[in-house]
Amino acid sequence: VSRPLAIPALATEAPAEGLPTGDYLAAAGSHELLWLLIALPLAGATVLLLGGRRTNSWGPYLAIAACGAAFLLAVTSFLALLDLEDRTAQLQLFSWVPVGGLQVDFGLLLDPLSATFTLLITGVGLLIHVYSLGYMAHDPRRRLFFAYLNLFVAAMLVLVLGDSYLALFLGWEGVGLASYLLISFWFYVPAYATAAKKAFIMNRVGDVGLLIAMFIMFATLGTTQFAGVFSQAELLTAGTATAIGLLLLLGACGKSGQFPLHTWLPDAMAGPTPVSALIHAATMVTAGVYLIARSLPLYEVSETARLVVGVIGAITLVIGAVIGCAYDDIKKVLAYSTVSQIGYMFLAVAIPGAGAVAILHLLTHGFFKACMFLSAGSVMHGMGDQVDMRRFGGLRKEMPVTFACMTAGYLAIIGFPLFAGFFSKDLIIEAALDQGGVRGWTFGLIAIAIAGVTAFYMTRMMIMTFFGERRWTEGQHPHESPAVMTVPMVLLAIGSVVSGYVLVHVTPLTEFLAPVLGSEEADHVLEPIVVTAIVTVVSALGVLVAYLQYARTPVPTTAPVAVSPLTVAARKNLYFDSLNESLLMRPGQYLTRALVFADNRGIDGAVHGLAAGIGGGSGRLRRVQNGFVRSYALSMFGGAALVVAVLLLGRVGA
Amino acid sequence: MTDLPWLTVLGIVPLVGALVVAALPSGRDALAKQVALLVSLVVLGLTIAMCAAFEPAGDRFQFVQAYDWIPAFGVQYAVGADGIALVLIALVAVLVPVVVLASWYDADPQADPLRRTAGAVGTSARTSATAGATPPEATVSGADARAASSRRVGGGTAAGTPAGATAVLDAPPPAEDQPVDELPPRRSVKTFFALLLVLETMMIGVFAATDVFLFYVFFEAMLIPMYFIIGSYGGPRRSYAAMKFLLYSLFGGLLMLAAVIGLFVVSASQGEGTFAFEQLVGLEMSRTVEIALFSGFFIAFAIKAPLFPFHTWLPDAGAEAPVGGAVLLVGILDKVGTFGFLRYCLPLFPEASRILGPYVIALCVIGILYGALLAMGQKDLKRLVSYTSVAHFGFIAMGVFAFTTQGQTGAVLYMVNHGLSTGALFLVVGFLIVRGRSRLIPDYSGVANVAPVLAGTFLIAGLSSLALPGLSTFVSEFLVLIGTYQRYPVAAVLGAIGVILAALYVLLMYQRTMQGPLQLPALLGDRMRDLHLREVMAVAPLIALMVFLGVYPKPLTDVINPAVEATMQDIGQTDPAPTQGGALTSSGPADED
Repeated sequence: VSRPLAIPALATEAPAEGLPTGDYLAAAGSHELLWLLIALPLAGATVLLLGGRRTNSWGPYLAIAACGAAFLLAVTSFLALLDLEDRTAQLQLFSWVPVGGLQVDFGLLLDPLSATFTLLITGVGLLIHVYSLGYMAHDPRRRLFFAYLNLFVAAMLVLVLGDSYLALFLGWEGVGLASYLLISFWFYVPAYATAAKKAFIMNRVGDVGLLIAMFIMFATLGTTQFAGVFSQAELLTAGTATAIGLLLLLGACGKSGQFPLHTWLPDAMAGPTPVSALIHAATMVTAGVYLIARSLPLYEVSETARLVVGVIGAITLVIGAVIGCAYDDIKKVLAYSTVSQIGYMFLAVAIPGAGAVAILHLLTHGFFKACMFLSAGSVMHGMGDQVDMRRFGGLRKEMPVTFACMTAGYLAIIGFPLFAGFFSKDLIIEAALDQGGVRGWTFGLIAIAIAGVTAFYMTRMMIMTFFGERRWTEGQHPHESPAVMTVPMVLLAIGSVVSGYVLVHVTPLTEFLAPVLGSEEADHVLEPIVVTAIVTVVSALGVLVAYLQYARTPVPTTAPVAVSPLTVAARKNLYFDSLNESLLMRPGQYLTRALVFADNRGIDGAVHGLAAGIGGGSGRLRRVQNGFVRSYALSMFGGAALVVAVLLLGRVGA
Repeated sequence: MTDLPWLTVLGIVPLVGALVVAALPSGRDALAKQVALLVSLVVLGLTIAMCAAFEPAGDRFQFVQAYDWIPAFGVQYAVGADGIALVLIALVAVLVPVVVLASWYDADPQADPLRRTAGAVGTSARTSATAGATPPEATVSGADARAASSRRVGGGTAAGTPAGATAVLDAPPPAEDQPVDELPPRRSVKTFFALLLVLETMMIGVFAATDVFLFYVFFEAMLIPMYFIIGSYGGPRRSYAAMKFLLYSLFGGLLMLAAVIGLFVVSASQGEGTFAFEQLVGLEMSRTVEIALFSGFFIAFAIKAPLFPFHTWLPDAGAEAPVGGAVLLVGILDKVGTFGFLRYCLPLFPEASRILGPYVIALCVIGILYGALLAMGQKDLKRLVSYTSVAHFGFIAMGVFAFTTQGQTGAVLYMVNHGLSTGALFLVVGFLIVRGRSRLIPDYSGVANVAPVLAGTFLIAGLSSLALPGLSTFVSEFLVLIGTYQRYPVAAVLGAIGVILAALYVLLMYQRTMQGPLQLPALLGDRMRDLHLREVMAVAPLIALMVFLGVYPKPLTDVINPAVEATMQDIGQTDPAPTQGGALTSSGPADED
């Protein structure tokens, strides 16, 4: 069934206007096999985890096959979806949690939004599986690595395909587990184990938001299925909708590394680089954007919640970019850049009618950020796992393919004309400005300014890594990576170049997504061409500044100490970690210690003391301890009875 | 098939098995173990058959039998199972064979190949000295003898006192470097397994009883085998822990006895005195009397469960009990408390439950947060797991007192799932302790380097303790919280914070013991055996059930729901209706049945 993805095929007869109302059609035909999409990688993971050492030789190939089969299935399902008039297919699998009024059915929902994600997850996932074959070739535990990767793909597919908030939550925490397992893949390094734990805990903080949002949905609407919630969304009071919206946002912030739950993401770079590319750049961390995009019918009811999403996006956008300028660790620079770019997506998804633009940037970002991470991984692979950019330099000759790929990703992220980011970022900035008023100008100007900062720190990274003097440590012999690694990189690089143009002008994604995310033609505050010109000039300025600072003067091999207070702060994460530590961690530790003491001496002691006290004053304690069980029993009984009497009197009297 | 007196048969089989095991000639240890395993498997098979015969849509109580026992007081031998009792009996039947398998060498550690290899590496001199100083039949006094030769801090005190059950309550609070265990002395193998089987009879009886007096008898009788299991086969401070456990429970039992008698008196004043559960439901009484009787039952159950602030016996008992004993103690015995809330406190005293419910919910919330925070502060692995249970019991009781079908069904599911999950956690912790002979977290680091299967199982058990979706505990925790939210939103939100704390204590424990660079107790050097086939077979069924019930809990909810709905009717409560929508409440939108 090979049919060209022509424009008419993607654009549907826009069913009325607005957002989905929860009328999903039952799946038929090839969509009845949708469950296989999840089952295949899950089976791969299960076989590898239970199979033990005997799967060492063929295990990784099985994992790749499982992911590849899932990709083919995703493509087939996507094509079949295009044939459907309503562009939805819902597959009921089984009754999951049926208790009284709460009837949670486990089902899958394929619509333009989830179909887009399945392609991204399985497609980029497949490339990164293949890349890992080379990257992890020498790791004796690579079988587990591939098992976890498969587990991740399965969980992520549950996340985007689930047709209820509870099913989404299953995938949501599932990807959290996979992320935990992969960040701590080299668990014997204490810092890595700590990073994994931090990621899981901070995600859990967000997850609790999602949980409570579900409680409210059930208490007010009686269901957590998407269909039931969205069809009744208009019945919600603004206050309830705001509460739900903000709680969902908390969940999204945890998963997507948004302020104030963003500090786990840079630490998560402890995981092997393919993991950083797949989970912590291209797919999992964008799940927050998915959650909000999916829940747009709820945000429609609460303007407040919508505004807060945008504000959080804008704040994170700035934070990520500022910190990204200060780090010397190439992976952390990319991580903060991810934080910042997802800020763009949050900013966009909060703008009425611009949800599809957010997803567009999510897709192009998926390509170019994965490409950059894999290229960084290739650099590290050739440099003996060095990550300090001050120890790179002049690598473009040794690693020409890696350099080319990184350049493609670089041009895409800074929005070089006709590269992927150029289209998606410009559309976000336009949409932000088009909101008009104070909000429009604030968001718009922030988005423009950060485009310049992005250009600065990304140019800095390029120059420090590939140009200038060779500042390598002794005995380094950088070399290009094997084809098994470079081929996926090249494919992603091609995506970084063309995906923007294709998704905007060839097969317009916004039209495809319109039935789910809505579309709105706002009046332009500035003509698009003007916006493009401004953004391009600002970005060029960023590049220029970086060029002057890092290419014209030699880069020192240790970070300079005499720097501005902002740089000092940025090097320390703008003190967010210290804040967490002093506000939560330390007090928590003290509280725990105090309670342990109190429990041993206090409550337990009170029981002992009361028991002894019944038999006489503390001076006679010694005599009471005569070793006869029955006297203990008696005094225990007396003491406890006293406690009970007091409690009872208090209760009954009150 | 349904005419078979299922419950009586289920109760008798392990008792007969216990007698057979006890009657075996000493020296036939292996045979005793095999018979015990066989008997427990027979019980499991019978239970599966019974569950198949149970009709979810049928009567509330099925497999009912009633015979006069003490006619003068209307006491009957009356048994029957509703959905709630059924799933808990099933849990008993699943856990006992698992415990038998896992405790294979707990009474005669010298025979354990795993410990033998471990002993050969280091400290063999000290081990043999200890073994020599302790006669095989020594039970309680063995603790003091060993204390003198071990590096126990309080050893001097203990050695200075006369032998016997001395220095019980004045034992010092747990010192942190204390529970470094020597190879425990050999004790009677057949007695241990006979005790386990006797305990199984009691546990089945306590859930099956439908006569309040019979329930009380089982409730108290259950203590005896557990007292001996902890007191004779436990860790260094076992006599202290066993006595504490017994005294707390006896005290609760006394209050309950008073309340049971009170019930009889009230019923006698209105006609014929009875202890039959179904006749006592709906009994008229004044509010004061109701609150007093409720309190009698409540405190007994709150100690048993245990709820904050009645919990301080659990960490000691859980830590000192042999691992199998701890699994049954926390997995099942404690559930009698939460089962009692649901079966007895609510239907018998609906008015008092309604009045005092909010206070109970407050205790539960405190327990959830308090248990989790204390778990985080523990250095002893078994104490840590015990404290996590304090938090989990808070969730269960919260679900019961939320007065919603979601909360109560969630609570019953939670009882089952907690049995599986904490059971698995205790087992794996036990496997680790058997190897390293230390319960202290700081003695271990990076175990995953040498024992990946052990570490993996540990992680799965831990994830189930923190209620990861996909594992069965999540479904129950979610139900409890969503059910509670409808009546007590603040409590549910605070309970949800417990979800974060659970992630913290589990992952902290996992990181400290399993991750990081390798460091093991001195006697192991840098080698540790990974899980043995017997150990895998013990823990694998639990994990399989956790996964299956996490994805498909319907077989359980189908059985539990009708029983919970009957309870809701007993107490005259209905679920709150959705407040702002609700066109689709009665069934899911895509529900096509």
